[in-house]
Formats: sequence, structure tokens, C-alpha cells
Amino acid sequence: MGLFRVGKGDLMLIIGPIGFTAPWILLGLIVLPILWILLRAVPPAPIRRRFPGVALLLGLQDEEHQSDKTPWWLLLLRSLAIAALIAGFAGPVLNPEPREPGTGPLLVLLDGTWADARDWPRRIDRVEQALSEAARDDRPAAVVTLTDRPEGDLPFRAAQSWAAQLPGLAPEAWAPDGAVDWAEGLDGGFDTIWLSDGLAYDWREDVLAALQDRGNVRVFESPRPVYGLRPAAFEDGAIALSATRATAGDEAAVTIGASGLDPNGIERRLAEAEMTFPAGETEAALALSLPPELRNRVSRFEVVGTRSAGAVSLTDDALKRREVALIAGQDDRESLELLNPTHYLEQALEPVADLLDGGLSEVLLANPDAIILADVATIPDGQADALEEWVEAGGLLVRFAGPRLAASDVSRNDEDPLLPVRLRAGGRSVGGAMSWGEPKALRSFDAESPFSGLTIPGDVTVNAQVLAQPDPTLSERTIASLTDGTPLVTRKRIGAGQVVLFHVTANAEWSSLPLSGLFVSMLERLAISTRPAQLEAEELAGTTWSIDQRLTAFGQAEEAGNLPGVSGEDLAAQVPGPDTPPGLYAGEDRRIALNVIGPETVLTPAVWPGNVPVEGIVTTEERPLGGLLLSLALAVLAIDVLAALWLAGRLTGPRAAALVGALAVLPMGGEVRAQETTDEAFAVDVTAEVTLAHVLTGDAEIDRVAEAGLSGLGEVLFRRTSVEPAEPVGVDLEEDELALFPFLYWPVTADMVRPSDAAYAKLNAYLRTGGMILFDTRDADVSGYGGTTPAGRKLQELARPLDVPPLEQIPDDHVLTRTFYLLQDFPGRHREGGLWVEAAPPDAEAVEGMPFRDLNDNVTPVVIGGNDWAAAWAVDDGGRRMFPVGRGFAGEQQREIAYRFGVNLIMHVLTGNYKSDQVHVPALLDRLGN
Amino acid sequence: MSDPVALRSRAEQLAAPFPPLLAGARHLAASVVLGSHGRRRPGPGDEFWQYRQAVQGDEARHVDWRRSGRSDLHFIRQKEWQAAQSVTLWVDPSASMRFASDRKLPQKGHRASEMALALGILLIHAGERVGLMGHDLPARTGEVQLMRLAEAMERPDSDGEYGTPEAREMPSRSRAVFVSDFLGDLSPARTALTEAADRGVSGVLLQVLDPQEEAFPFDGRTIFESMGGGIRHETLKARDLRDRYLQRLAERKAELASLAQVAGWQYSCHHTDQPATSALLWAYSALERVI
Repeated sequence: MGLFRVGKGDLMLIIGPIGFTAPWILLGLIVLPILWILLRAVPPAPIRRRFPGVALLLGLQDEEHQSDKTPWWLLLLRSLAIAALIAGFAGPVLNPEPREPGTGPLLVLLDGTWADARDWPRRIDRVEQALSEAARDDRPAAVVTLTDRPEGDLPFRAAQSWAAQLPGLAPEAWAPDGAVDWAEGLDGGFDTIWLSDGLAYDWREDVLAALQDRGNVRVFESPRPVYGLRPAAFEDGAIALSATRATAGDEAAVTIGASGLDPNGIERRLAEAEMTFPAGETEAALALSLPPELRNRVSRFEVVGTRSAGAVSLTDDALKRREVALIAGQDDRESLELLNPTHYLEQALEPVADLLDGGLSEVLLANPDAIILADVATIPDGQADALEEWVEAGGLLVRFAGPRLAASDVSRNDEDPLLPVRLRAGGRSVGGAMSWGEPKALRSFDAESPFSGLTIPGDVTVNAQVLAQPDPTLSERTIASLTDGTPLVTRKRIGAGQVVLFHVTANAEWSSLPLSGLFVSMLERLAISTRPAQLEAEELAGTTWSIDQRLTAFGQAEEAGNLPGVSGEDLAAQVPGPDTPPGLYAGEDRRIALNVIGPETVLTPAVWPGNVPVEGIVTTEERPLGGLLLSLALAVLAIDVLAALWLAGRLTGPRAAALVGALAVLPMGGEVRAQETTDEAFAVDVTAEVTLAHVLTGDAEIDRVAEAGLSGLGEVLFRRTSVEPAEPVGVDLEEDELALFPFLYWPVTADMVRPSDAAYAKLNAYLRTGGMILFDTRDADVSGYGGTTPAGRKLQELARPLDVPPLEQIPDDHVLTRTFYLLQDFPGRHREGGLWVEAAPPDAEAVEGMPFRDLNDNVTPVVIGGNDWAAAWAVDDGGRRMFPVGRGFAGEQQREIAYRFGVNLIMHVLTGNYKSDQVHVPALLDRLGN
Repeated sequence: MSDPVALRSRAEQLAAPFPPLLAGARHLAASVVLGSHGRRRPGPGDEFWQYRQAVQGDEARHVDWRRSGRSDLHFIRQKEWQAAQSVTLWVDPSASMRFASDRKLPQKGHRASEMALALGILLIHAGERVGLMGHDLPARTGEVQLMRLAEAMERPDSDGEYGTPEAREMPSRSRAVFVSDFLGDLSPARTALTEAADRGVSGVLLQVLDPQEEAFPFDGRTIFESMGGGIRHETLKARDLRDRYLQRLAERKAELASLAQVAGWQYSCHHTDQPATSALLWAYSALERVI
């Protein structure tokens, strides 16, 4: 406890962690005992009551006299309230900071690098604290980040004015450049508070010396570890990840996450793995084995839980899907899929590569990563040259042998440039019916072979192959061979590319290799080795790259916008800076990631001379407690009111009820659940039986007619068919779940409000999943289909966002004409209007001898007409017809047909194309008979 | 209490479910006026009672010749002796009856008037004569009397804190109904009952109380005032008084019951939060009881 003088003459009383800015007010606490005595003497005010029974009370004396004084606990409560008030006004502050005031301008310097980003908010808090101290001492201040330095002199101004600018400060994803020159160019005297990012830089010492020339320097460093994640690379079929940290401390485990787009196009965490830094080491490594489908999707690796660009490593083409073109020698063998020369290749490559179709010339234009020729013997000259050029530029040409190659003269006497070896005529066949010997197995792979390390299943055998001519280069070009030493796979490098020949077919005709998992692994090894992961400066020379995605210092990738292009030489230097921000760069045909941490980057902690005080960034915030105490006093006074009421016996009847009511209002959760249960009850209700539904148009009369119409139709269905619908339901497109109803009747009115987009989404989902909507313009004029009536125009407007298939006027053999009754026209209250349904497929043909075409295989999602069917169907509560139809008997006949149409429609909805399928009945009977 | 017509219609509603009240007439005096009450014995009246064989001394004109013609004997046709009873109502008009503890409950006086008038309707429909004490309304019969009763009950003419019945308005050997809360001084009531017993008047004491008077749900420092404001009592802790108040109330009820018993009356207590019909049923049966 002690009294301190802070700022300009303000006395501050400090008791433990709490200080009071206006301690004199605390003298008011002396009044408390007096207040106690006063309060104690005043009993609560009496209540006046009219009470006829008073005559019986006369003469009764009070037994005890205690309650004429306020009870002790109420006194305590009131004293507490007064004490809290007094203490609250005395300006209490938690963690007060009586500091030695400094003088002169103050520079708050931040490194502003990616390493700062990991705890940037805490740094800003520290800056705020430093600024408020400066403000208290009336010192001008300047806040500068080294990566974003102001031009010219330091911008010293009143410390408070910086507060608005602090949220705008952000670190950059690179290290500052030219800091030494800047620091040495400063003049004038000032003190410095330097918030360092904790990493060693070569300019650190010089800048410190320059600042110490100007005044005191205090350094703050965060104790949080700095992690850097190096770019991922492929090693032995797995992704090799390594990370580094600045200080070699205890053993620490970090989680590495791999993120990318999932098949739905949503960015999510695809894999996670733990990486452990051993104690005393600054390096950690991890081999992450991912399925190719997953690996192809990974767009970034990151140290989970660290917001810093250094903890993020973007991936580029090195991990991307290859484009592979498959070209077979014979495309016309359409019959059997399993004999297709490329079938197994497609199966093996489909999950891991993008397959290209087309002729060789088209495919070459697309510049794929690899081209596979399955049993293609001769290549036309023009194409051969182009192909060779492509291989020299780094393409991978994989060829499979086959009967055609074996029969051709290609590479017989002279080595074909597009084949790795010369071939002997005819090939050989082993282990067959006409030959001696057993089918041959594979020899294990050499260490130099790209396949080395793959295990060979015992059941992989070769029955036939093309044979290589013995040449001096044969042994070095062989990368896989059979047990008897004959080459199975040979390879030749041409320029940056290579040609690989499998001496067997790509299908299972010559060997069982394509049936095995080994085949997939071999293809994978070959496809992956197509492109070097490292950047070559020569390769990039003269190219221009535009940044596609930019990595912020916080490790978030964002669209880069219109930044100028970067030359390949700059990019090859692999040093992030203001001109080459880290991110993903796109060139002509590939993308290159520039990461903050390169493969060779080493992080080392900053070292400060002994005369510079280094502190951790820990802010103990001053917290004024006045508001808290005042609200406590208020709460206590509120309790006092209740207690006084209760003591005086007035907390009864309506008052107590109101209090209980007020308390009961607080938790509001119950009602929502009630809503849910009613929703559920509604769903159970309408799905318990077939429920016909009509869309609520907002016009009460039309909705009433629609409901009456559906209930009339329901009655007819009930009487005549096995469909027994429940009472119809009006459906609000915005609110209600549509999927519960098999059928929607939608009377179109000219002034219906267009449903919201969400409602249209629901409607489209409803139509796609088998629902049916009957649009009724009720004007008998839709047959023109020119939008000539207001309702017709409204129908067009309403239906435009709907996912409606092409329509046609209902053909004579549509299934609607015979689902229950045989019908040829579909009258409602009008009889002229036509009916539109989903168009039949153009190739629908009537089978010979059948009366109907084999039409579309599903229920038409919409039926559009204008005959005002609901009016024809409508019955009132007493079961009487609501509207007249036609005249006399003919009218009744028309109504009957209208009902029959309704029955057919509902039957069509519920049974689909069942009646259409009956065209097959004679054929089925025929087969059964036989 | 809006107007007489409304009060009467409410009372009619209350009285509707009851059969005409046949009040037992205990002593048939010469003064009784013929009414519709059969005395279960032959006498002057309209209703046929019995045929009796003519004996010596019967006047010839009394012989019922039609009956006698069917046998060899002579019969005399006798009629049932019928008499009407006088019932005097007293409804406490004092200020204390204007109390209702809750807005939903009727005032005690309201309930008392309603029940008294209902009783009056039943009695008049049964042919009895009904009067109202304290309003200069002697017992008469007929619908007009009902109207007068209703009007008189709408006119509370007393400003006293507690009301007192006056026995001298009761004709001897008649019946009486006293409706009050009986919370005031009991001695006038005691005097009235004693006098009534002396005159051979029997009747019903109906005590009407508010539920709050029965429960005394008070607490804290309270000043209790009578309805007129004339009597007041202050307490610092109303809850402590409760037991003693309830004890006094119970004593008061016991005293009323014993008073009634001594005078040959019937006593009951009714609360305004209970349905009036049960109390009316009780009064109905109590009046009918023949000693």
C-alpha cells in the first residue's frame, strides 16, 4: 500500500493490485456506521388495509417488537451498496502502472515481417500500451514497421492520434530491405521501443547501433516459437516435409495439415500428421504418404495453429495431376471392353491423372505431360516429328507392344527415334499351347531402375513379348526384365524427355501384368518422374510470370489482383520481397510456388548485446473497476427493493406473479423447440397418407377453390381407386418443405408474388427428385403458348427460373392418356385448352405391332395447362359442386372427364410409367410361354 | 349493484333450478291466510283431500252426492287445509358488507342480497308471503312484492359499520332469514334472536364472509381499518396476529351456532368465493324443516 503521484499531480492510492485515482472519496466510508444506526432506527412504512374483520382484532397486542427495526442482513445489504458506490466513485483501477515518466519523442519500431504475424494482435496491444504511457507523459510518438517505412523524417505526433492507425498496421510476408541505410539516415534524439520478431538478420546489429546513437532502446521479444515449413518434395513415392524452428528447445510436436479443394470444390483439411522436433534440434522431418487422389488435391501444407506465412508452404505443379493422352492402335474394336487395349490403362490412370482423348495431332496441341501409345506401330511422318519435338521438350512417351508392333517393320534395322530399342521380327511366345517352356516371371528391379523398390507379385507372368535386338546400349536402357534376362521395359532419353517401351500389350492378352497392382505402381513411378521439382534459373530465364495467388504474412492465400508480371530470373532467385511477394505464380503452362521458407532456409534466433534490455511482450492491462463496482451497487439496491417489499409483506399476489413472470421470460429457448416439434408433427401428418397439395398464391379465393378442387378430386380417388388421399394442404413455397408432397397444384394468377431464390432452389430440388407440379393458368388460352394472357405471361415469368425440361403438347400415346382411364382430352371448367408435358426423346419409335411408343422413362415433372381443373373438381363442405361446368348433360360429362383426368394424373404421379411398361407385356408373356 | 331489474334477473337465475319451496308451517294459527300450502289434514282449502263417511251431525249440504250415489253410504268430500307462511328477510346493509378482497369476487353485501332475494323468489313462487326488515316492507305475496324487495335491497340505507337486526318487525309465529357477516358486536343479534324465540319465530342465520376474512393472509407492518374508517388497529407484524384472529373468528362462529341452537334457528356460514347455490340450497332446506 502506498501513495503515488502519477501524471501531473494526481495522487494515487494503491492497495495490492488495486489502485484508486480519487482516494479522498474513500473517506465517505466513515459515514457507513452512522448510516447503519440511522437505517436501523427507521422501520419499514406500514400498509393501510381496509378489513372488515378489524373488529375481531381490537385489543390484540404484538407479541414481539423485533420487526420495527430493519433486520441486520438488510442493513448489511444496504451498507454494502453504499460502500460499493463510494468505492466505485473513488476510481479503482486493477493493475495500476505507476511508471517513471520518460521525456522526449518515442519511436515504436516493429519488424513487420512474417515472423511477427504469429502474435501480431499481442504486438499491437503492446504498442497500444507503449502509446498510452507516452500519452500519459505527454510525449510525441511515432509507430514504424521496418517493412513499410515512411518516407522522410519520422512522423512524430501526439501519441493518442496513433490509436486510430494501429488496426491498419499489418506485417508483410518478407524481410525488410535496406533497413540499415534508413536507420543511419535518422536524426534527432528519441527513445526507441523495438518489438523484434525474434529472428536474426544481418542488418540487426547496425540498426541497433544507429538507434542507440539517438537514445535509449528497449527491446521486446515474444517467447512464442517461430516455425518455418519448407516446400514439400517427392521422395520415394511419399511427400517429404521438413520444418525448422528458430530456437532449439525441448521436444515439441507440431501438427502439419494438408489443405486443398475437396471433390465439391470446398477448401478443407485433407490430411493431418504430427511432426516432432527432437529436443535440442531445430529441424524436423516427416514423410507423408497420401493416396494419389488426395495428393493431387493438396494445394498447401501448413503448421496447424500458427498464423504466419513461414508456417505455410504452397504446392505447385510438382504435386499436381498429370495430363496423359491415351492413343490405341485400333479404336474400332467396340465389342468387348476387357479386350480394349487401353482399358487397363484407363482404369489405372483415371484416379491419378487427367486423361485426354483424341488423335495424336490434337493431343499434341494440348501439350500433355505424357502420351501413351498402345500397340501403335507406325506414326505418320508429320506427326512423328511433332511427337519427337514434344518428347525432346520434356514429354514422356510410353509405348506398349502388341500384335501390330510385332508384325510391323518399325525399328527393325535402324532404331526408330521414338522407340528405345531395335526390335526383332515377330516377337516370341512362351508357355502357350504351341511352345515349350513356362510363362516367364519378372526379375526384381535394379537399383537404377525407376521401379526399384517395388515388390513383384508372384502371379505376374508374361506369355508373349516383342524382343529387343541385342545392342550395346540395350543393358543401360533396360529398366525391367524377365527372369531369363529379356528386357520387359526399356527406356531412352531424348532431350529433356524420354521414351519408354513396355514389351507387352497394355491389356491382358500377352501378360498378366496389367491385371496386377504392380502395373499401377509402375505407371505412377513413370508419370511422376516426368518433371523436375527444382527450379532451374536457366529454364526460367526470359520468361514472365504473373502472380496468381498471394500469400499474406498471416499465411492466407488471397487473390493477387493486378500486380505487374515478374521475370523468370527474379523468380528463380527464390527470395520473397515487395516485388516478388510469396504466392503462386502462373506461367505459360505451369505454376510455380514461391514460399517464404525455401528448401535451404535456416532460422536463427536474434542475439542482442548485453546492454539492451530485452523483455517479453506481456501486457498487464490497467482495468478500471469503477463501472463494475457501480453496477454491483445497483444490483444490490435492486435486491434491496425486493427484500424490502418482501419484508413489508407486499411481495404477494400480482407483484410476485409479475416478478416470477419477468424471471420466466429470461430463458427463451423453449419456444423454438416447440416450433421444431410442430414441424415434425406436420411432416408426420402429411406423409402418413398421400396428401395432395396446392401452392398458396396469396389470393384467398383462388386458394379456397384450389383446396376445394383437390378435396373433390381426393373424394373421387377415394371412391374409385385404391388411392385414398388425406385432406389437401396449402403449401407456402417459402416456408414449407415440399419434398413431403408427391403432387403440387399451382394455380397461376397474374398478380402472384415471385417466390424467392431459396424457394426456387427448393422447387428445382423437388422437380429433380420426382415431384410433379400442375400449372393451371385457368384461362383456357395456353394452347397458343405465346403469353397472350396475363396469367400466361405470369406463368412464363414464374417458370423461368425453374429447371423444366423441353415441353411438347401432349402426344396421343402419352402415358397420361391411359394410367387409369383411357382419355384423349383433358377438360376442366374449360375444354379448349391444350396440355403440355415433358417432350418425348427424339429417338422414341413405336415398336412394330405396339400401339405406343416406348416413351420417356420417368414422370413428367411439370404439366402445364389452362383448363381450370380445380374449379371443375371443387366441392364444398356439403359435397356439392361449387361451380357449374358446361350445360346440362354435356356439362356433367365434361366434369366427369375432368375428374378422370385428375385420377389419371395422380395415378401417373404415383405409379410413374407403369402403364407405359405394359407395352412389354406381350413380349414377357411370349418368353414365359417358351 | 346496478339496478333493481338486473339484480332481480340475477336472483331469478339463481332461483331457477329449485322446485317451489314448500316451507313447513309449524303452527297453524287462525291468523294464517289461506295459501297454497297443504297442511296434510282436512280443512279449508281448494285441493281435494279425502272422502269421509258422513256421521251424525254433518250438514246435508256437505254430502258429496256423486260419491254417495255409488254406494249405500253417504260420503262427505273433504279438502286439504292450506295456509301461507310469512317470511321476514334481513340483509345486513352496513358498510362492512361492502367488502370484497379481490376484483373477481363479489362484495359480501352483493352476495347476501342476491341470496336473500333468490330465497324470496322461491318463497313467493311457492305462495308464501315475504317481507324485508328495516325497509318498512311487511310480508306480502305476489310479483309486485318481489319488485319492491329488489328495489329495497338496492338501497343501502345504513352507514353504520356493522348492522343489527330488529326483531320487533317480525310477526309472531312467522319465519325469518338473517343474512350478515356477524363480525360486529353480537349483542343486538342476541337480543333479536331471544325476542324472536319468544314470539315463536324460527329461522335461518346465514353468515357471509370473504375468503380473506377467513384466511387473514397479511404480513408486515399494517394498519387495519374498518370499511367506514371508524375503527382502526395497527400492528407491526400482521403474521403474528393471524392465529389469534382465526381463533376469535372460530369463537364467533361457535357462538352464532349456539345462539341459533338455543333459539331454534339454523346457522350456516357462506364464503363469497363459493357458489351461491349451495348456500341457497341449504337455506331452502333449513326453511322447509318442520320441527
